Amino acid sequence: MDFLDFFRWDIIWNYREMYLQGILATIILTLSGYVGGVIFGLFLGLGQVSKNKLIYLPCKIYVDIFRGTPMLVQLLLIHLALIPTIFGSSQGWWVSGILGLILNSAAYNAEIFRAGIQSIDKGQMEAARSLGLTNGQAMRKVILPQAFRRMIPPLGNEFIALLKDSSLVTIIAGAEILYVSKVVAGTYQRFWEPYLFAAFLYLVLTYAVTKLIAFIEKRVSIEYNPRKKREGRVE
Amino acid sequence: MIKVENLHKYFDKLEVLKGIDYEIQQSEVVCVIGPSGSGKSTFLRCLNMLEEVTDGAVYIDGVKINDPKTNINEIRAEVGMVFQQFNLFPHMSVLDNITMAPMQIRKLNKKDAEALALELLDKVGLRTKAYSYPQQLSGGQQQRVAIARALAMKPKIMLFDEPTSALDPEMVNEVLDVMKQLAKEGMTMVVVTHEMGFAREMGDRVLFMDGGYIVEEGHPDQVFGNPQNERTKAFLGKVL
Repeated sequence: MDFLDFFRWDIIWNYREMYLQGILATIILTLSGYVGGVIFGLFLGLGQVSKNKLIYLPCKIYVDIFRGTPMLVQLLLIHLALIPTIFGSSQGWWVSGILGLILNSAAYNAEIFRAGIQSIDKGQMEAARSLGLTNGQAMRKVILPQAFRRMIPPLGNEFIALLKDSSLVTIIAGAEILYVSKVVAGTYQRFWEPYLFAAFLYLVLTYAVTKLIAFIEKRVSIEYNPRKKREGRVE
Repeated sequence: MIKVENLHKYFDKLEVLKGIDYEIQQSEVVCVIGPSGSGKSTFLRCLNMLEEVTDGAVYIDGVKINDPKTNINEIRAEVGMVFQQFNLFPHMSVLDNITMAPMQIRKLNKKDAEALALELLDKVGLRTKAYSYPQQLSGGQQQRVAIARALAMKPKIMLFDEPTSALDPEMVNEVLDVMKQLAKEGMTMVVVTHEMGFAREMGDRVLFMDGGYIVEEGHPDQVFGNPQNERTKAFLGKVL
């Protein structure tokens, strides 16, 4: 059997426009889910390090629930139950998909923020507070700048995980990469080409993101390296 | 200047301070000595509420600081603290370490804050290190920067929590010299220390703590030269 004849890549080519839209949808889903998830996650993470039980407990419960249940189940609940209950009808897969990704990734990001904040020596907070800084000032000026540097690698991992998890939105008919492949597979009754191509697209995207994160990490570590910054500037 | 009344401190069920009454006047240098676990660091940390007070009262300048109505941040701005582990901010240059709090709290502009910081660095002998980062400095240098950082808030009181305990022996004196200079300038100081030489030379009063109580206190000549309490005698016998 001729290897090249076995695959019919022309069926992918026939769907090139839909694939392009699918790639775009995957990128938009991931980016909006991630940005929302980081912002919401920061608040949840800060909430988790609060000493006030009324703040700390709800945040912890939220994180436990969203990390302890499958995102597939969360997406179905949001799309078929939560949103129709609140708005009276479905608001489409974009709304449900982005909301699902935000809510889920917020829980994971919250853990990253919590761990990052708690990894900073408590003497740092004490020194800042002893100078008269409020808790918020100490967080902004002293704790978070140090914690963020430690959070970049895990936050990058979370981005890659979310990029791959965005394929789950296919279950609510979100027209992202995997969904397009499903359509192609259904139309031609061929499975190798569309699903291999989907895998290939995710691989390219995650590889690009990995390189980007490595670049950011390097930049930040140079900024953090005092020898390279302000070299020789002594008064 | 500082008044402590019937101060009790529990960590869960463990009573660390068992009723401390003490008063410190302006410009006094009080050295707190005693064995590990005697409660001396906890006592010091209650003076700026880094530890919550379980019972009793602490007054700074007549203001009860363990009162929920007191703005503790305003009090802390007037009470500098120096830690055993220095606790400099590693992501900031020496200069930024010192200017941060005055700019945030006293609302100094950058120029004035930096002028103040350089003046203080002169005082601790580290002006040439203004643009270094903490991890580039020796322990003794870091601790002197930490003193300058606390002084930048122009505090009325300085608390020292075993400031030389984490230092290599050859660096102890450079820090003690800065502290002696401060004492001579009339700063009110409370110093938890194992440096008996410093306590003896610079202390207006020495306070010996053991088991959560002030066991003995008085002028250093008296506490070191003629201790009355058996526990004081035993402790000094071991460390002197």
